[in-house]
Amino acid sequence: MLQVVCIKQVADTETRVKVAADGKVLDPAGVTWILNPYDEFALEQALRIKESQGSGEVVVISLGAAQVQTTLRNALAMGADRAIHLKTEGPSADPLATAKALASEIQGLAPQIVWLGKQAVDDDQAQVGPMLGELLSWPCVTVVAKLELSGNKAVVEREIEGGREVIEVELPVVLAADKGLNEPRYASLKGIMAAKKKPIDEKAASLAHPGLEILSMALPAGRAAGRIVGEGVGAVPELVKLLREEAKVI
Amino acid sequence: MSVLVFIEQRDGQIRAVSREALGEAARLVAAGLPGPVVGVCAAALDPGVGGLGEAGASEVLLATHERFARYEPVGYTQAVAAAVEQVKPAAVLFAGSAMGRDLAPRVAARLDAGLATDCTVLAVEGGKLVATRPIYAGKATQKVGFTRAPAMVSLRPKVFAPHAGNGGAAKVTPLSLAYDPQAARAHIVDVKATSAGKADLTEAEIIVSGGRGLKGPENFHLVESLATALGGTVGASRAVVDAGWRPHADQVGQTGKTVSPKLYVAVAISGAIQHLAGMSSSRCIVAINKDKDAPIFKVADYGIVGDAFEIVPALTEAVQKLNAQG
Repeated sequence: MLQVVCIKQVADTETRVKVAADGKVLDPAGVTWILNPYDEFALEQALRIKESQGSGEVVVISLGAAQVQTTLRNALAMGADRAIHLKTEGPSADPLATAKALASEIQGLAPQIVWLGKQAVDDDQAQVGPMLGELLSWPCVTVVAKLELSGNKAVVEREIEGGREVIEVELPVVLAADKGLNEPRYASLKGIMAAKKKPIDEKAASLAHPGLEILSMALPAGRAAGRIVGEGVGAVPELVKLLREEAKVI
Repeated sequence: MSVLVFIEQRDGQIRAVSREALGEAARLVAAGLPGPVVGVCAAALDPGVGGLGEAGASEVLLATHERFARYEPVGYTQAVAAAVEQVKPAAVLFAGSAMGRDLAPRVAARLDAGLATDCTVLAVEGGKLVATRPIYAGKATQKVGFTRAPAMVSLRPKVFAPHAGNGGAAKVTPLSLAYDPQAARAHIVDVKATSAGKADLTEAEIIVSGGRGLKGPENFHLVESLATALGGTVGASRAVVDAGWRPHADQVGQTGKTVSPKLYVAVAISGAIQHLAGMSSSRCIVAINKDKDAPIFKVADYGIVGDAFEIVPALTEAVQKLNAQG
C-alpha cells in the first residue's frame, strides 16, 4: 500500500517567539527547526502500517524553501522510503494554497492513505487535512487518536469534546494524527546513514492566489505580575477569600 | 448580503459555542458588516432553531436528513455551501469546536475562500472583516485579512459572549439539498463518552491541572478532588502526559489544548514555556508550587509556595466548606 505523509518544518516548541522586521512573521534568527510534532505521529503510524503489512511504500512530501530538505531527510531517517520537495520561495501562509499544491501532487501518486498532523504548531490553523479531503473528494478524519485497518476499510477514533467518535471509513482516506496515537521512534544511526542515499525529488510548486493575507504579528501583552499569597497551608484561607471576593471566580 | 453562522447541534441540543458565534455575528453587523445574521443548521430533527432569535439570528436555514443526527462532513459541507449560495454572506462564522474545526476547512476549500481558524478577536475595518488569532499556541498573535468573499472564521470557544438580546423568534426556512448519503464514505458508528458530565478542557469554566511535582499518577486524586469541589475539569502538563500518568486529551499546552477558563489552578507545575503558551489567556491563574522561582508564578495572579500534598487537600476542604454554605 502506498501512503503519503505531508510534513511541515516548524520552529521548535521551546522557541522564544520574536517578530521579524516586517512585522508579520516569526524572526527566524536563532530558531531550531524541527519536524512538526503532530506530523511525527502521522509518519510513525504510516511506518507501522507498512511494517505490519510487510510491504508498501511511505512517501513524505513537504512544501517550502530549500531548508525544508533537512526535515525531509529526518523523515527519511525515521524510515520513509522517498521524499518529494515542493519548492516555493518561502513558507505558505495560506492553508488553501498549500492544500491545492499538495492535492495536485497527491493525485498523481494515488495513495491509499494520506497522513498529516492534526495541525502545525506554528500557525495552528488545522486546515490542510480537511481541505485535502475536499479537494480530493475523499473522506478525511481529523484528530485521529486510534486506528485499525482491515482491507480497504478503517475504524478510526477521533477526539471530540468529552469523548471520542468511532468512525468507519473507506480508503482512500486523509487522516490527521493527534498526539497519543503512538510513540514516535527515534531515527537510528543506520536509518540516518540510509537516509543519505534515499531520493528527494525536487519539484517547483506554484501557490494559488491566497485567500488569507497576514496583516501583522504581535506578541501578547504580558500578564500583570501576580502576587505570592503566602507559604504553606496557612495561606489557603487568604487564597480562598481572594478568589471569592477579589477575582470573583468561585 | 448577510453574516452566516453555522449552528452546531449534538444529540439534538444546540451547543453553547454556536450562541457565542451568533452573538459575535450580531456584534459584527452592528460594527458595519452587512446583515442580517442568518444561521445554517444540519440536523435529523429541528433542534429548536426558531428560538435562536434572542441569540441574534434573524433567520435559520435548516437542512434535515436522518444522517445529519450526527456530524457528517460531506452533508454538512453541502448544507453550508448551499446556504452561502442562497444568502451570499460577507462572512461565515463557525465555532472552533471539534466539529467546527473539521467542517470549516472543508467548506473553505469548496468555496475557494480564505479561512482563519480559532480566532479570538474579530473587527470590522474599512467595512471588511479582520481577524486576530493566536499562533505558536499563544506565544504570539497574528492579524489577518481576507482577499475575497466570503471571509471565513472559526471562533475559539469561551472567548466571545453570547448575545444578550430580546429578539423574537428566528424565521426557520427549510434548506433543501440534493444530498446523497452514499457519497459519504465515512460514518460515525459510535460516540464514546470519556468524561461524562464534565466540560471539555476547551470549554471548561474552571480547570485544575497537575504536573510532575505530584510524583506519580496515584497522587492525581488530589487534583481530581479539588476539581470536583470547584466544579471544574482536570488538566495535565506535558511531562505528566508523556510519562503516561494521564491521557493526551488532558494535556494543556502547545502540543495539547489551549484553554481560557475563568479560573486555572496549576498544581505542582513549574511552567515550561509550551505549557504557559496554552493557558496564559485564562482569566485568573492560581499556582501552587514548592519552588518559589518556578516560572508559573510569573503568570499567576495568586501563588502559594509550598507542598502541594498539604496545600491542595486544605484548599479542597476550604472550597467544600464554602460550597456547603451555599
